[in-house]
Amino acid sequence: MALTRAQVENIAHLARLELDPAEIPAFQDKLSRIVDFIGELDRADTAGVAPMAHPLPGLAQRLRPDAVTETDAHPLYQQNAPQVAAGLYLVPKVIE
Amino acid sequence: MIHRHTLAQLAAELRARKLSSVELARAYLERIQASQPLLNAFISITAEQALAAAGAADAALARGEGGPLTGVPIGHKDLFCTAGVRTTCGSRMLENFVSPYDATVVSRLRASGAVMLGKLNMDEFAMGSSNETSHFGPVRNPWNTDLVPGGSSGGSAAAVSARLLPGATATDTGGSIRQPAALCGITGIKPTYGRVSRYGMIAFASSLDQGGVVTASAEDAALMLREMAGFDPRDSTSVDTPVPDYVAGLDAPLEGLKIGLLKEFFDAGLDPDNERCIREALAVFPRLGAKVRQVSLPNISLSVPAYYVVAPAECSSNLARYDGVRFGHRCKEPRDLTDLYKRSRSEGFGAEVKRRIMTGTYVLSAGYYDAYYLKAQRVRQLIAADFQRAFAEVDVLMGPATPTTAFAIGAKTADPITMYLNDIYTISANLAGVPALSVPCGFAQGLPVGLQVIGPHFAEQRLLHAAHRYQLETDWHLKIPERFA
Repeated sequence: MALTRAQVENIAHLARLELDPAEIPAFQDKLSRIVDFIGELDRADTAGVAPMAHPLPGLAQRLRPDAVTETDAHPLYQQNAPQVAAGLYLVPKVIE
Repeated sequence: MIHRHTLAQLAAELRARKLSSVELARAYLERIQASQPLLNAFISITAEQALAAAGAADAALARGEGGPLTGVPIGHKDLFCTAGVRTTCGSRMLENFVSPYDATVVSRLRASGAVMLGKLNMDEFAMGSSNETSHFGPVRNPWNTDLVPGGSSGGSAAAVSARLLPGATATDTGGSIRQPAALCGITGIKPTYGRVSRYGMIAFASSLDQGGVVTASAEDAALMLREMAGFDPRDSTSVDTPVPDYVAGLDAPLEGLKIGLLKEFFDAGLDPDNERCIREALAVFPRLGAKVRQVSLPNISLSVPAYYVVAPAECSSNLARYDGVRFGHRCKEPRDLTDLYKRSRSEGFGAEVKRRIMTGTYVLSAGYYDAYYLKAQRVRQLIAADFQRAFAEVDVLMGPATPTTAFAIGAKTADPITMYLNDIYTISANLAGVPALSVPCGFAQGLPVGLQVIGPHFAEQRLLHAAHRYQLETDWHLKIPERFA
């Protein structure tokens, strides 16, 4: 199935990516090939087969005691942040 | 010629104090520096920290202390977080990222005494089969520098192949340990899903990702994996079952081992010269007392398309965290928040990562979820059931790790499907969560070929045992590219 330019632009928007207009045809071509390829799954008979979300089925997710195990280290974590002030992450203004 | 010693030999020589860790680190660092312009296997070389750690290892050994790997030089794939040393994941997005904590794999190997010499090059966010998607440039294959080393753990595999390190960590989401190990002529094991902690291992596809090792021999892999594996409360999918001593029992006879020759892996796509090597390798096992019969996994041909739904879907979710706000690349002068997200991500990610994010976004989007994602999860169940049936009849499965030997840099970048089909024999083990390894088993036109051994969940010991016995009979794993011999 060939994806249209508009579809590719919409997928990029949903993924919060901005594609250079000049590179859209290449993305369109390669993504269309990928969509064709994964379309091969249609030929599998999966009637009555349960979807498998985890490679070790039957393994219960663990719980742990509700106890404090880590202490506040936000100044350390924020060393990697592009812009911080007063312990807060800064982004462009979102409310007019 | 210390670089010709295996990791197991080096560990023993260090313990016996025939070698000093500082001397060993210096020798390997010299090889690393000299090879870097040629192979580009490393993203960061941490000489200063390495020499300090090696000095401490020597002091511990002098006191009669130390763990099983004390003083042994290793490298980490650059997606294992290392506190104080940048972790890039091969991406511009994380070019300047310094993790505030260590991955569990990193802290465990350090606790067992290993000395890190640097961080290894890789495909960007582990998405690739040739190491050509790295922001830091391609890695070259030590057997022929016009060729790719495979990927995504291309730096790890090239470094061990050229004996720049006796062992390195690696990760495998669809073949990223076994495929480069095969193409570089070394041993690589992907353990059972949940066997090695994913804490601090930068996520690509969380239901498929698994950490492992690349080394010269199966014995070396057993030694390193024993130190890395085991339950970690910090990884919610880590499995709480004891880790057997992978090294003990390696020499035991293989008598009675039931081997299934994986019928579908000997298809038209398998290069005839590669097939010859694999068949010769399979002929070794009956001499060791094993029984070989053919086994069929009828749904396995659907592995690659199922993978290219599941892996991109999980990737698009995992990589949503790179928003230019908390860490990672941020664009200059964003107009508003959407512009900040979009430009930061578009500048930070390379083309292959963008394609995978977009594929994942597409298959998870409204109206397509059932047709693609749910369908792929059902197919995944069929493939897992195929393995379960096979392992009711045989102890291990064997076949090729890759359809061909290493290919030329640039040869497969035009069509993503051609590149994806490189992993046709490795992907199914990730979908089923079972352990698998690749061992060198000969040469086709002068390039290494890998034999793949797949086992049921938590049968790492059985795989390493079979591989070790094979390596006692053959010397393919001791071959070193001439330039680095």
